[in-house]
Amino acid sequence: MEKRYLTCIGCPMGCALTVNLSGQEVVSVEGNTCKKGKIYGEQEVISPVRTVTTTVAVEGGKLPAVSVKTRADIPKEKIFDCVRALKGIRISAPVRMGQTILFNVAETGVDIIATKTVDAR
Amino acid sequence: MYDVVIIGAGVTSTACARELSRYQAKICVLEKEEDLCCGTSKANSAIVHAGYDAREGSLKAKLNVRGNEMMEKLAQELDFPFKRNGSLVICLHEEDFPRLKELYDRGIKNGVRDLRILDGEQVKEIEPNISDQVYAALYAPTAGIVCPFGMNIAFGENAAANGVEFYFDTEVNGIIRTEEGWEISTSRGTFQTRWIINGAGVYADRIHNMVSGKNLHITARRGEYCLLDHSAGDHVSHTVFALPGKYGKGILVAPTVHGNLLLGPTAIDTENKEGTCTTREGLDQVLEKAGMNVKNLPMRQVITSFAGLRAHEDGDDFIIGEPEDAPGFLDCAGIESPGLTAAPAIGEMAAGILKEKMGLKEKADFISERKGILDPKTLDKDAYRKLIKEQPAYGNIICRCEKITEGEILDAIHRPLGAKSLDGIKRRTRAGMGRCQSGFCAPRTMEILARELQVDMADITKSGGHSGIIEGVNKDSL
Amino acid sequence: MENYEIVVIGGGPAGLAAAISAKKSGMRKVLILERDRELGGILNQCIHNGFGLHTFKEELTGPEYAERFIRMAQEAEVEYRLNTMVMDISGDKKITALNKEEGLLEIQAEAVILAMGCRERSRGALNIPGYRPAGIFSAGTAQRLVNMEGYLPGREVVILGSGDIGLIMARRMTLEGANVKVVAELMPYSGGLKRNIVQCLDDFGIPLKLSHTVVDIKGKERVEGVTLAQVDEKGKPIPGTEEEYRCDTLLLSVGLIPENELSREMGVKLNPVTSGPQVSESLETSVDGVFACGNVLHVHDLVDFVSEEAEAAGRHAAEYIKAKREDRREPEAGSAQEQIPLETGEGVRYTVPSFVRPEYMEDSLKVRFRVGKVYRNCYVNVRFDEEQVIHKKRLYAAPGEMEELTLKKEQLAEFPQLKKITISMEEA
Repeated sequence: MEKRYLTCIGCPMGCALTVNLSGQEVVSVEGNTCKKGKIYGEQEVISPVRTVTTTVAVEGGKLPAVSVKTRADIPKEKIFDCVRALKGIRISAPVRMGQTILFNVAETGVDIIATKTVDAR
Repeated sequence: MYDVVIIGAGVTSTACARELSRYQAKICVLEKEEDLCCGTSKANSAIVHAGYDAREGSLKAKLNVRGNEMMEKLAQELDFPFKRNGSLVICLHEEDFPRLKELYDRGIKNGVRDLRILDGEQVKEIEPNISDQVYAALYAPTAGIVCPFGMNIAFGENAAANGVEFYFDTEVNGIIRTEEGWEISTSRGTFQTRWIINGAGVYADRIHNMVSGKNLHITARRGEYCLLDHSAGDHVSHTVFALPGKYGKGILVAPTVHGNLLLGPTAIDTENKEGTCTTREGLDQVLEKAGMNVKNLPMRQVITSFAGLRAHEDGDDFIIGEPEDAPGFLDCAGIESPGLTAAPAIGEMAAGILKEKMGLKEKADFISERKGILDPKTLDKDAYRKLIKEQPAYGNIICRCEKITEGEILDAIHRPLGAKSLDGIKRRTRAGMGRCQSGFCAPRTMEILARELQVDMADITKSGGHSGIIEGVNKDSL
Repeated sequence: MENYEIVVIGGGPAGLAAAISAKKSGMRKVLILERDRELGGILNQCIHNGFGLHTFKEELTGPEYAERFIRMAQEAEVEYRLNTMVMDISGDKKITALNKEEGLLEIQAEAVILAMGCRERSRGALNIPGYRPAGIFSAGTAQRLVNMEGYLPGREVVILGSGDIGLIMARRMTLEGANVKVVAELMPYSGGLKRNIVQCLDDFGIPLKLSHTVVDIKGKERVEGVTLAQVDEKGKPIPGTEEEYRCDTLLLSVGLIPENELSREMGVKLNPVTSGPQVSESLETSVDGVFACGNVLHVHDLVDFVSEEAEAAGRHAAEYIKAKREDRREPEAGSAQEQIPLETGEGVRYTVPSFVRPEYMEDSLKVRFRVGKVYRNCYVNVRFDEEQVIHKKRLYAAPGEMEELTLKKEQLAEFPQLKKITISMEEA
């Protein structure tokens, strides 16, 4: 049986989890103090996901860059594909918070949206 | 063909430049760094010494006392911060008293005015935070504190206003004798000149040895300091020295003209003339020894530490004069403490020598005064309002800690020999010198520099050369 | 001279929430003075997510959280001036401020709310030896450059300090193309959230070295390398454990200090542990009618709690003004007999507030505090004089996590002669 070792992020305790795997199936989670730990352990081993936050260059804005995020979580292994897809993108001011910057980033089905308003200069 | 080339743009060299600019002569200054005040002049105790330290009859003693006398008038003419706050040399133990008396006697011989010995009670009265164990102190009311950047930059700007040319990022690589004088080869071309003044600080031996067989040897003697926030600035009002004794020269505690508190220096000889690093041992020593004479030092208020290199010559005195085998070459070498105090007097002496040897004639149109950067905090409210109306940049605070406005930063950039880097701005305006150490203002100051100098943000440096601050833009390497 | 009921110093999360709350409590003229070019404060550069779970029940980035509060402030018709630096506040609440357009402003306030936030500790405060080249940034300065301006301050990075800002910047620099070689932490534990250790370091294989510090910085012009060493229990480097890292950048994330220069100059008494004002149950400082909230009062970990605290400060400031108008407030409101000090017992570093005046207390009072070390399975104890009134089990407590507990007014009413309240930790 394969074992994976994780730190639970559910709360400040940071329980050391051991997730026992049989192939792609989670057999058991050990070391958790509460239910959150079990759910996290299973999710993090089978299909870990992350929200990515980064910046995109702005043309003609009061600031030279705008902060952006993935509208929803994307698979963890796509993090770098996601930021690479944003390289070289320049968006014209004004940019509104919530505005879509890039559709379907790195074939994840998730859009990149602005998290800040940047007015035109 | 120059009449005089001055090597170095520290306080000694610029004092010489300013004094020589009284005369009809073509003069230039060559500096290897990007700005004035980049070596020993920027990292020292900022003290105007009274003059009791140096051996009687030495140049150090003579020029210290003379420089001290000149300081008031100069600070007025050239508009740099100077304050006669007086100094105390603290004697903690009765058995050390003879050595305090020795200092007093030497001071009297050197011509220091108003020197007095105070008993313990008298010391505590004028300086309540002195150690309870104080036995006596040597009180020198003529001692003072000065802004070393302010003085150095004032000399430079005034010299420039009087026609002295300045070449920065220009390192001297070699000097050869010519029929009329000297040819100096530098990283930026060659310079022909009749006379050379060597004010190269810790490198003065290297420059000297290019022309003279009577070699000099200068040791870089590192001194480390800790600077405390304004909130600690009135912990003492006098400059407090330790009595030199079995534990070495001791650590001074001094207010600065800008209201900080300065502790230091250590003294470590190094062969590295660029070795301005601080060390764990050095900083520990500063913090430990500073507390020997002054109690309750608020060490949590340290905002920065730094190290400077003293240019210590083997003969332990200033060397000012022509080497026998190199006429037309004037050394101003071995300028360590009390070099800052003595700088005006060194300038006067060097200019005097050249005036005589070269037969220089005074200019009719010498400009003796220079205005520093206006600090709007010194204005009354109505004058401040009027200023902002005329120049709104004075209403825009860039450095929060020192409350420095965009107006002052613009002045620093656009005046003669203006600032080109963050450190250049800092030395001229104090922006970035406060308790957050430029955390908040650095990006904004960089923005102003880039805009005013019409360069890219990536070209803005901390202190010229390869000290760029921005390495690229986001994702450029992905 | 302009007149306002309440002037709020600082337009970050604390100032915004305080101003909105003051408006909602019936104040008509509320003004925020903000020194930066936009409202929102440091949130504008905190572009990562994780904000707002308590306040909005959803996960927002810093700018999104700020923008919601800015909208609420606009809807509540809070007035504000940007690019405006407060130079001085007098004891009678006359404020002198400065901006480009209006020059030197003088404003008379009936009440003042301090919400200036905090600043980062610099290298000097740690006395890190070495050279002083370009390439040494506080994490916040780097964060501003990367997140707001799109500039990369370095390519090969070492980070000192594993608080949340240090961890977050490790990920941000990595995502923008830098190589973060190591995060060093002086303490034997990280002050950051577990989630950040996992998602900012572990995700990218960045090592975390606990009980390590920087003992040397190399490079005369630009950083060329730093030396890390292990430290002993007292935080002193252990000779022989030095390790060199070649890098062009050192980020320092070594603590935050409340920005209380204005407060100190106006005579506000500060708590030496927090470096923030000593405040009452109403978050009122030692200067009558001057309140404090957010990071200027004590450094928080979560902006949601800043908003909550600031909301209380706005409410209390409004109540102060109303009481004064109705002549309800006795001139000797802060006299010593009525103040019950909150004292720190075993394991507790500080509390906010510092004292309670029962007659000004609302039905319940949130007391926030920090512990001095990591506890697993412990109790939080509250004693009224010598009598234990709260004995509450906690699975975990750590210095990096602000703790809170609630005192009830009815509880205090049972102790009319109460002299002091003591909060302490107990190992189970």
